Amino acid sequence: MSAAASGADMAVLPKVKTDWLPALLVPLLALAALPLVGSFSAWATLTVAALAMGMMVFLMASGLTLVFGLMDVLNFGHGVFISFGAYVSLIALGPLREWGQSENIWLNVGVLLACSAVAMLVTGILGWAFERIVIRPVYGQHLKQILITMGGMIVAEQMIHVIWGASPITLRLPEGLRGAIVIGDAAMERYRVIAILFGLAVFGLMHLLLNRTKIGLLIRAGVENAEMVESLGYRIRRLFVGVFVAGSALAGLGGVLWAFYRQTLTAGMGMEVNVLIFIVIIIGGLGSVSGCFIGSLLVALIANYTGFLAPKLALFSSIILMVLILLWRPQGLYPVAKR
Amino acid sequence: MSDALLRLEGVNTHIGRYHILHGVDFTVPRGQLTMLLGRNGAGKTTTLRTIMGLWRASKGHIHFNGRDITALPTPDIARAGLAYVPETMGIFDDLTVRENMILAARNGEIDPKRLQWIFGLFPALEKFWTLAAGVLSGGQKQMLAIARAIVEPRDLLLIDEPTKGLAPAIIINMIEAFRELKSTGATILLVEQNFMAAKLLGDSVVVMDDGRIVHRGAMAELAEDHGLQQKLLGLSMDSHQ
Repeated sequence: MSAAASGADMAVLPKVKTDWLPALLVPLLALAALPLVGSFSAWATLTVAALAMGMMVFLMASGLTLVFGLMDVLNFGHGVFISFGAYVSLIALGPLREWGQSENIWLNVGVLLACSAVAMLVTGILGWAFERIVIRPVYGQHLKQILITMGGMIVAEQMIHVIWGASPITLRLPEGLRGAIVIGDAAMERYRVIAILFGLAVFGLMHLLLNRTKIGLLIRAGVENAEMVESLGYRIRRLFVGVFVAGSALAGLGGVLWAFYRQTLTAGMGMEVNVLIFIVIIIGGLGSVSGCFIGSLLVALIANYTGFLAPKLALFSSIILMVLILLWRPQGLYPVAKR
Repeated sequence: MSDALLRLEGVNTHIGRYHILHGVDFTVPRGQLTMLLGRNGAGKTTTLRTIMGLWRASKGHIHFNGRDITALPTPDIARAGLAYVPETMGIFDDLTVRENMILAARNGEIDPKRLQWIFGLFPALEKFWTLAAGVLSGGQKQMLAIARAIVEPRDLLLIDEPTKGLAPAIIINMIEAFRELKSTGATILLVEQNFMAAKLLGDSVVVMDDGRIVHRGAMAELAEDHGLQQKLLGLSMDSHQ
């Protein structure tokens, strides 16, 4: 048999470097903040709160980054799924009121899981309809995508007002998830620890799905070069619908966690975090789940530390972080190789 | 005379306002390597992309294995038995060499015997099997692109300028690999700018200019006729020997 590689071409095995630097930014930022905050207990409380917030932002943003990476779709209506996810959790809360009032933490977690399941199911179905009605007619037209998805979000917000009313709804945390775990002088809210575990579990599952399954392989390949995936015989449109539905369901899950975190439901809660979500996926690198994860943690950490150290800067902290990251890596922390 | 595996009849393609292909007619005989030659901008890549359904024929028909595939979506065309290697190679840089190959194997598994045969053609791929494809050199990426197209038997391979930008030593090895592929009876439609490679590999030839077919025939005849080469391709053979 012939050999189509010359000796010169084969001589050196290319070195593959794992890019740990963006991931290291998270502990580096946390450690850099320690002397500035001064007190270890305050720093620990701020850091745990930030990690919890970061996980929730990651849940809300991870679907959007894949949707953009896979089909170049700018969905400014992503916040719809966050708000709807939060509101439909009320459906599960009613029948499970007794579990929520119990001090048994497992029953409380059960309430959270049930709310999450209902929210993911409803927002997944909503995502499927949103893709068919709102997104599909504007494939490849970015300006129209921005306009129509923002319009879709406004319509959906009004639907929430019609169904659940315009007044904010108070959401009580299940009994066992209230209060804090105190270690030394550091107090960590129980619910935030639960949110961190939720976020880590979802990130782990997404990582496994993307790296250990054929469907994950197709998603990663589709984010890089959708046309080539089609040329290999796979229907990228079907894959995209699946990712859109999954992304919407994840946003719904994020919405539930976010709602319990705020303990208040408002129709505009999704729109309020929309900008933050876009900042996160730009920082992470459009289409990159790992980048989205690191970006979420960085944004949350910087927001909490500046909120404590220089409250007037807190509003701009995520934008300043984005500018700095883009000056360092213009394509984001983990840029996805594009066609 | 071999029967036609692929037949294009009066194919026209528009890209936006631009009319690129003007009534393209030609056939690709089964079991042969057909060269598609022409100057830059002649419409060769557009022809391959139109066959694959990546750009739609605005008029005319494309028949593959006796079936009209003109209006089929790209994935269905690929599943009908065509493999496509684009000019840009279409390698997924963030995926490993192995993952690139697995994607091309429709049931997710590669036949070990066929894989050994591919490693025989392109030994570099075995060495770099677990590495991200993005770290490969241009020649190695081209090998991977072709290996991916042949990871499972396909009825027709469409390959766009596989020697473009490669070092002469790699081109020679690539020609060897195509000869090996030809010996298995594969049907190939190969777009090529390198006339030396075309001359060594082609059974038949189709020459395009300005979106039209200007010549069809046996490759050996064109290789012998320097005047015709000059006329069709503007070639000075001295510079291509």
